[in-house]
Amino acid sequence: MSDNTNVMIAGVGGQGTVLASKILGLAAMKAGMDVKQSEIHGMSQRGGSVVTHVRFGDKVHSPLVTKGSADVIMAFEELEGLRYLPYLKKTGLIIMNKQQMLPMPVIMGAAQYPVAPVEEIANLEAKEIAVDASGTGLALGDARTANVVLLGVLAAALPFPDEVWHESLRESLKPGLVEVNMKAFRAGQEAAMAM
Amino acid sequence: MTKYELLSGNEAIARGVYEAGVKVAAAYPGTPSTEILENVARYDRILSQWAPNEKVALEVAAGASIAGAKAFAAMKHVGLNVAADPLMTFSYTGVNGGMVLVSADDPAMHSSQNEQDNRYYGLIAKLPVLEPADSGEAKDFTLKAYEISEVFDTPVILRTTTRVNHSKSFVAINEPAEITVKDYKKDPGKYVMTPANAVGRHKAVEERRLALTEYAGQTELNRVEAGSGDFGDIGFITAGISYQYLKEIMPDASYLKLGLLWPLNENMILDFAAGVKQVIVVEELEPVLETQIRAMGVSCRGKDIIPRQGELSEETLRRALAGAGLPVWVTPEPAYVSEQKLPVRPPILCPGCSHRGMFYTLNAMELCVSGDIGCYALGSAAPFESIDTTICMGASVGGAFGMELARGDGFAEGCVAVIGDSTFFHSGITGLMDIVYNKGRSTVIVLDNSTTAMTGHQDNPGTGKDIKGEPAPLIDIEMLGASLGIRRVRTVDPFDLKACREALEEELAAPEVSLIVARRACALYSKLRDPACRVEEGDCVGCKACLKLGCPALSVSDGKAKVDALMCVGCGLCTQVCPKHAIRKAGGSHE
Repeated sequence: MSDNTNVMIAGVGGQGTVLASKILGLAAMKAGMDVKQSEIHGMSQRGGSVVTHVRFGDKVHSPLVTKGSADVIMAFEELEGLRYLPYLKKTGLIIMNKQQMLPMPVIMGAAQYPVAPVEEIANLEAKEIAVDASGTGLALGDARTANVVLLGVLAAALPFPDEVWHESLRESLKPGLVEVNMKAFRAGQEAAMAM
Repeated sequence: MTKYELLSGNEAIARGVYEAGVKVAAAYPGTPSTEILENVARYDRILSQWAPNEKVALEVAAGASIAGAKAFAAMKHVGLNVAADPLMTFSYTGVNGGMVLVSADDPAMHSSQNEQDNRYYGLIAKLPVLEPADSGEAKDFTLKAYEISEVFDTPVILRTTTRVNHSKSFVAINEPAEITVKDYKKDPGKYVMTPANAVGRHKAVEERRLALTEYAGQTELNRVEAGSGDFGDIGFITAGISYQYLKEIMPDASYLKLGLLWPLNENMILDFAAGVKQVIVVEELEPVLETQIRAMGVSCRGKDIIPRQGELSEETLRRALAGAGLPVWVTPEPAYVSEQKLPVRPPILCPGCSHRGMFYTLNAMELCVSGDIGCYALGSAAPFESIDTTICMGASVGGAFGMELARGDGFAEGCVAVIGDSTFFHSGITGLMDIVYNKGRSTVIVLDNSTTAMTGHQDNPGTGKDIKGEPAPLIDIEMLGASLGIRRVRTVDPFDLKACREALEEELAAPEVSLIVARRACALYSKLRDPACRVEEGDCVGCKACLKLGCPALSVSDGKAKVDALMCVGCGLCTQVCPKHAIRKAGGSHE
């Protein structure tokens, strides 16, 4: 594997992981890098586990991150953060959204939701930033901006200038949603600085 | 300066269709191909349509091509089975305006019922097969495919896999060619495939094969990348996404990277093999290339080391190559694995899904259910576990009748077919005709959510809108059933559990064919949003009867049912199943 940066975005269908990966891919492109990203549509949209891969650097061939090589995992949901943990680099960063969504086997009583995922990850050598992105988004007036709050946290860990992010946000969002998402992005950046 | 955009493979193919000057495009939605036509339809100058099925889509494209326009059709791999009949003979007639067909294969079955390798269709139909390895190639190869189509008088298969359809990379954006329509002249010897004419056309197909074989040795679609250093004498013959994984693993090996996968040029293969010490053929799924390469007398490795099932990946290839003694670094064990047992998160029916009420009833009545392809295949999962069979588009209807014939009236009284509206238009109608004509008594339920939901809400002949969102004639399922001579046609609201049960009991008991249309708009599409239901905690006894609805907005904790007010859209099914009437619709009613 070459010196590319590998990011994975994991969550539950409907949480906005695909839009987040689109904005990230665009930002990397605007920062002058080669980019590949991969996502899977179809069955996974119906509340299933979803993950997208974004890779950027001088030259990217494969669109997929391999196990143990993700520089950053953004988990939109705690169980999904644990699920994709095997992809994280030993010294990687995991950005956890403090949100638990019960999968059907747990609702039906056929399985247990894992105990305290945020704490489990905090005990690892990898770095963790845990934020309540949905709560932050809600406070800004739109809980659906949680994905952009998390992008703000990610931005603090990547070497892209702010303008690149702002342009990518503007190009990817409906005009009416730009302002609230800009605030969400800034809130994410501030949360990361505070850590 | 050329402008580049970050596009998915599907967006790139659509861009290629536009730049090539295509006039007519048709498809039936199917993952991973769906977004191709959705993006083509955004170009106003292209006449785009959702066809009722892939056979019709290909026939429309073939007709447009024969009449002189550049034409396009797209489908998922199993869709090409439906379109295989016109494909085989369209190969004989050849084209007038260029014609390209996308077959989007789904290795690993992310959203499919099998993982057939459609490169074989090229060999059967004797049609050139192109396969891109990223979005940039997806657009370039689409343009190249139109060139080949017109130069060699042949339809062309552009074969993709999910990982290329749904991955993004850079695509060069160029000016589109003008749309031109060639002259049309009546030419029965070419276009009327009666036996006498077809004999002559088969000869033309074989001549075309030879010409294409020669072309395969010259085209830039196939390229040699000479290796260097210690690994330069290892020669990979590969194509598509497999090439990308290999380049991550052994960038300095030698490559014969194929873009035109059929026909192969023997001299090109032999020359490459002669220049390296070891040849390894790396391809997903079947040994389509390997079998042909071995038949040329080339000694090579291939499916003896490379997995034949599922998608390949950098990791599986590293393991396979290292296992075969190549000096490849094997990905180490991951640094972290959670110590806890993690529950799976399968896809589920959405809150407010119009299918939930019917599957709840089918489960409660313990019926045998002949199933079909769509979101409602999720009715096979817990807690419904209703579905007995799922095979292909439309199979539920003929399947239920076959079960009736095998096991008699007593069995048919407890057996139904369930099929979605789009799937019914696709290929359920002929099955229904069969039940009527051959005097069956099966009960067929059309789960009509007025959209093609699973693939992302495409319109269909029953939605009253076309692909551009313009009003279109709406084909009435009840009238269609009546016109077939079905006397027992009825409509139910799947949010009314009592009505669902009554309809099923009466129609299953009736000794003749019945058609039940369960109609409610898809919850995602209709944006149904009534106030959330609420639990009267004092009345709730924690019996979990509501959990049998498999609704993600419902859970039971500390002995009490809970409604997630953010998720609940107020469909009210839970208010009907609670034996204590403890769940209420907003405003206090329990209906």
